[in-house]
Amino acid sequence: MLEITHLIKSYGDAAPVLKDLHLKVEGEQVVSVIGSSGAGKSTLLRCINRLVEPTSGSIVLNGTEFTTLGKRELRTARRRIGMVFQSFNLVDRLTVMENVQSGRLGYISTWAALTRNYPKDDIRRAFELMERVGIAQYANKRTDELSGGERQRVGVVRALMQRPEILLADEPTASLDPKTSEQIMGLLRDLASELNLPVIINIHNVGEAKEYSDRIVGMRYGKIIFDDLPAALGTEEMDAIYSGTPADERPSMGAAA
Amino acid sequence: MTNQTTLDSWARYTPQQRFQRYAAFALAALTISWSLSSIDVIWAWVWDAPEQMLDLFSRMIPPDPRNLPSILEAIWQTINIATLATAIAVVVSLPVAYIAAQNTTPNRLALWLGRFILVSSRSVNTIIWALLFVAIFGPGIIAGIVAIMFRSIGFLGKLLGEAIEEIDPKPIEALEACGASRFKVVLYGIVPQVAPAFFAIAILRWDINLQESTVLGLVGAGGIGVILQGAIDTFNWPEVAMVLLTILALVVLGEMISSKLRSKIL
Amino acid sequence: MSTVQDHWQKPPFIENKLLRYGLYIVVFGYLSVTLVTLPVNWQRVAEGMERASRIFGGAFPPSFERSGLLIDGFLESLKIAILASVGGILLSVPLAFMAAKNISAKPIYLLGRGLIIIARSFHPVIVAIIFVKAVGFGPLAGVLTLIVYSIGFVAKLLAEKIEEIDFGQVEAMKSAGAPFLSTIAYAVFPQVMPRLVGLSIYQLDSNLRASAVVGIVGAGGIGATLANAFGRYDYDFALAITMVIVGVILISEAFSGVIRKRIS
Repeated sequence: MLEITHLIKSYGDAAPVLKDLHLKVEGEQVVSVIGSSGAGKSTLLRCINRLVEPTSGSIVLNGTEFTTLGKRELRTARRRIGMVFQSFNLVDRLTVMENVQSGRLGYISTWAALTRNYPKDDIRRAFELMERVGIAQYANKRTDELSGGERQRVGVVRALMQRPEILLADEPTASLDPKTSEQIMGLLRDLASELNLPVIINIHNVGEAKEYSDRIVGMRYGKIIFDDLPAALGTEEMDAIYSGTPADERPSMGAAA
Repeated sequence: MTNQTTLDSWARYTPQQRFQRYAAFALAALTISWSLSSIDVIWAWVWDAPEQMLDLFSRMIPPDPRNLPSILEAIWQTINIATLATAIAVVVSLPVAYIAAQNTTPNRLALWLGRFILVSSRSVNTIIWALLFVAIFGPGIIAGIVAIMFRSIGFLGKLLGEAIEEIDPKPIEALEACGASRFKVVLYGIVPQVAPAFFAIAILRWDINLQESTVLGLVGAGGIGVILQGAIDTFNWPEVAMVLLTILALVVLGEMISSKLRSKIL
Repeated sequence: MSTVQDHWQKPPFIENKLLRYGLYIVVFGYLSVTLVTLPVNWQRVAEGMERASRIFGGAFPPSFERSGLLIDGFLESLKIAILASVGGILLSVPLAFMAAKNISAKPIYLLGRGLIIIARSFHPVIVAIIFVKAVGFGPLAGVLTLIVYSIGFVAKLLAEKIEEIDFGQVEAMKSAGAPFLSTIAYAVFPQVMPRLVGLSIYQLDSNLRASAVVGIVGAGGIGATLANAFGRYDYDFALAITMVIVGVILISEAFSGVIRKRIS
């Protein structure tokens, strides 16, 4: 269970980007966070594993308080949080297997990492997961030879290799075409229930958010102003979340709306 | 007929532009005439120079290949100096580049230390390094290797540091999010990204070092330069010509090999 | 799930096993043979450490007592660099046109290319030694050396630039019936001029560096002053000279960088 309370993040003297947030995620829930760009979605996600340092507040994952961890403890704790990125953030010149195994870097010895001599269990798990998402045949290929959708699958497998207790996805489909992005969203939803894993997804496409998640969180100016089931998200709520955004720049509600 | 301008004159530049250009030309002319008038040469020698050159070259023909075995042995030594020095310098320059790159340096002190090493290595020419190391180690190949190495560290470290500064930071963020230690982030995030630049830079420097190694012998630091100096001192011009031809072949061959290797990597 | 693979190896850099291990053996063999046969005289090296401490001890503090000599040496280096740059550029322009494939006839092209390769292949110090023998010690040999050095760099890059030009303009001039030299002056020169200016400034900077070096073998300038100081064991003066050389090189590098940025 992840519990965020009184989370505040500000840069310098400027107005805070996150203003006193509260969020609780548990079970195998898929939670989509929506909101216009600049609402603080990405900052929220990065505060959870402290890629961005929170200014104040508390973040507790299954009993561990994250905000007070020292450098070394944080490194150990980060293994418990998997993260998937908008631009995949893979190391292009390494093979798919090396990228996937880099999710285990926190666990294996430096020598094993250097010689690419990975533990048998890790290799087996990697092949299982790659088989599951359909990229096992690319294990020896360099990631820059893959298509966008395939690369994001590598990113997902890398995060799952950590055996995380929660998965964070920062705009995982924003660099993909509509069809591929539906596939990735479906994959994230299915993996959540198969692995009994809560997933938090930042997403721009409200249609996909409604279709693939169990719960939707709407952010506006660093505050959570909507937190309910997808079905409860109507035109009025959409207007509140995206007010001030010109109509033609708003994300479409999709077919599900 | 009142205010019609006749367009029968045309100038490319406005008066101000023209003035700037004239000023620049005048400055250049002044500098050149200052250099010409005050330089310490005997002008009779200058007019005599083409004749002297022709005379010298005519003495070089035909080149004398009798000493070729020892010339080739010295060339082999030259290649070894360049190769060993490049190999050692590459290894030494890695940590220097790491601390001299803005995005990987551990702290400001290390950054300035790294920069200081790079600048001092780069600004002192190989020959000056060689003078110093011949004085320390005595004449021979060791002084040559160390001299070439000292000069190369600055070159390699600077270019490699720039390559490190240009890497994509996103995969690094991802590896940090996985909980990887600093060293493993370097191993998986930085090393693969700079590897192609690393090899290209090392090959480039090897090519340069091949040429630099040919002159080390002139200050006593081993290689083909020793034979060249000896032949010049004894006015054995046909052998000088032979040495020059082998150097030409060595440098051209080195350039061909390095461009071939470079195209293999990229 | 016992069928799942639990073994993985990174695909090797070179697929062919024979080639790969052959390469390892060659590299290892080369390194061990050359390293083992290095004529290291450890006693000499040990003495060298002592000598090094004497050199460095004698070098500190650097002595600027004979700064008159230092300034004279520098001014001479500067003059050598300026005159060599002017001469080198004047010669580089026709040579670059000769060595441009799209302008010259084949035999002229080969001649131009050959001259450039020769100018590039010899380290300036070797060229300097030859000139010192031919025209005597002093700045004249330095100027001649650096002219050759400038040609090797400026003519090569200028020729490459000429080969890249937009040939349509040349055809336009030709179809207007312009003679060869006018075609060059109006259709080619304007296209390569910015590059030539940039190269010239860069070359002035690198000639100044090189002039400090060729002096060591007798071609005048600050290098000669340095070699003399070193030869007379005046290590404190030698250090002073080296420090000034490094300083001037850094300043001239920054200066030429600024000028080139403003031009482009």
